[in-house]
Amino acid sequence: MIRYYLEFERPLEELELKIDELKRLSDGKDIDISKEIKKLEKKVKDLRSEIFSSLTAWQKTLIARHPDRPYTLDYINLITTDFVEMHGDRRYSDDPSIVAGIAKINTMPVAIIGHQKGRGTKERIYRNFGQPHPEGYRKALRVMKIAEKFKRPIITFIDTPGAFPGIGAEERGQAEAIAMNLMEMSQMKTPIISVVIGEGGSGGALALGVADRLFMLEHSTYSVISPEGCAAILMRKEGEIGTDDFSRAAEILKLTAQDLMGFKIIDGIIPEPLGGAHRDPEETAKSISELILVVLEELKAKPTGKLLEERYRRYRKMGSFTEGVL
Amino acid sequence: MTWFKKTKEIRMEKKGKTPEGLWVKCDGCKEIIYKKEIEKNLKICPKCNYHFRISARERLKFLVDEGSFVETDATLESLDPLNFRDSASYKDRLRDNQKKSGLNEAVIAGDALIKGIPVSLIIMDFHFMGGSMGSVVGEKVARTAERALEKEQPFIAVSASGGARMQEGIFSLMQMAKVSAAVGRLKEAGILYISILCDPTFGGVTASFATLGDIIIAEPKSLIGFAGPRVIEQTIKQPLPDDFQRADFLLDHGLIDLVVDRKNLRDTLARLFELLL
Ligand SMILES: [Zn+2]
Repeated sequence: MIRYYLEFERPLEELELKIDELKRLSDGKDIDISKEIKKLEKKVKDLRSEIFSSLTAWQKTLIARHPDRPYTLDYINLITTDFVEMHGDRRYSDDPSIVAGIAKINTMPVAIIGHQKGRGTKERIYRNFGQPHPEGYRKALRVMKIAEKFKRPIITFIDTPGAFPGIGAEERGQAEAIAMNLMEMSQMKTPIISVVIGEGGSGGALALGVADRLFMLEHSTYSVISPEGCAAILMRKEGEIGTDDFSRAAEILKLTAQDLMGFKIIDGIIPEPLGGAHRDPEETAKSISELILVVLEELKAKPTGKLLEERYRRYRKMGSFTEGVL
Repeated sequence: MTWFKKTKEIRMEKKGKTPEGLWVKCDGCKEIIYKKEIEKNLKICPKCNYHFRISARERLKFLVDEGSFVETDATLESLDPLNFRDSASYKDRLRDNQKKSGLNEAVIAGDALIKGIPVSLIIMDFHFMGGSMGSVVGEKVARTAERALEKEQPFIAVSASGGARMQEGIFSLMQMAKVSAAVGRLKEAGILYISILCDPTFGGVTASFATLGDIIIAEPKSLIGFAGPRVIEQTIKQPLPDDFQRADFLLDHGLIDLVVDRKNLRDTLARLFELLL
């Protein structure tokens, strides 16, 4: 198996390659080798615990963008049955960087919408690296309206570097497409749960994320600007920027799930398997779907008026300011 | 957010070109013009109709009936939730901007009359941290929209902004949801919302309340978009069309209703009130 290791995971790579090698040699029959494998596996586990218990904000950013990290369609496959994907915004085209459709979680039909990144060069380009154009957001809104019409809850998965900055995107109203989703989602007459599964890249992420409940995977991030973008602004005068600057920017932006929990912006953190979601996508998917089912029960019990008023209040009270007297 | 890059860039480009001294060079026609002549002309170049950027206070003077403005929420100040610090602390930056601009924040809010019609309005000021939207801007926009709803009078938003305020991180991002939800309630209640976009308006402001108006008006030649031109150029590695993201470009692409000269703005608003209220 070819695994992708981030730089801070390199010590693990060496050990895991050794384990692979020993496994190949032993066929599981040689007791001494089996013992050695066990020993090494324990060592890997301990080392991984150590590394993952003290991740920096930048390291978490890299895990959130890990090329092996499960994407929206992976979770749809793992969590749902009977998925019917819907396409197009009925105005211009279909945007593959957002997938949207209806499926069942357990026996409950829900709308599922999420950013979709690609795996491998070809698919990455096809998915535009998970950076939607306006038609992606408009498709998402169209499917949400179907959910509202047929009284199905909406689940959204957030995983994007941001909305695409391009000529066509501007010509077709990227800003308006995002704004419209923010406004419409705030009034959608059906429960909405959002989960940040990887990268929550600013407005392009929020455009799928106005919800009754917002959760983040343990190693996901959510920020108004990428660490690279922030670093570029802060270090503008000093020329070349690199990893150290990104790392510092990630730190000051306070973009981890743990930071956002501290700010009470999110409602909970979904734990990931040791080493990140990609180490055990099934386990991660199970944690997500169990949570969704519990929270949906709670939300579905609320009368629509109360649901919408609470959603409005939820965002209305977000902000950090003081008010003096004149 | 990527648009911040552009914000600063715009600011750098224009530095030293804003009217200072007796004479000023017009960015439109490059002519040297007597400053007083521009000032008595609503800061519009008499030669080429170039609209100079103006402060929120100047805008207020041109826009509302004299003596009718009652300011609200003037004492709101950011709490610096991230304890943000780069070369200077965010707190210091806020204080500097307050001193420099005479404003508490990047927006002024209140109620006023426009040609006799009571409105609730916000006016953003690009000179205050690039008109960026943090918690205070978001709160003032939301409160003003809510007041318009309560008083059943039009909501007028005049925007000039580089986008969301980086220094307040996720709190700034969430303001986009907050203000969009607030103006959403106006639609439901049948309250008129007119959005006026000025040079420049980008990012988290265009991607929230500024593009949600029933009617969207832009000042001539204003640069308006989601992502800043520099970021787009770097991403697609192609030169951009000359008029890209200018008011007429937005008009051609169906993104705004009208391009209106600063001189005619009050009359245009009055006519819309007459037709719609
Ligand atoms: Zn001129």
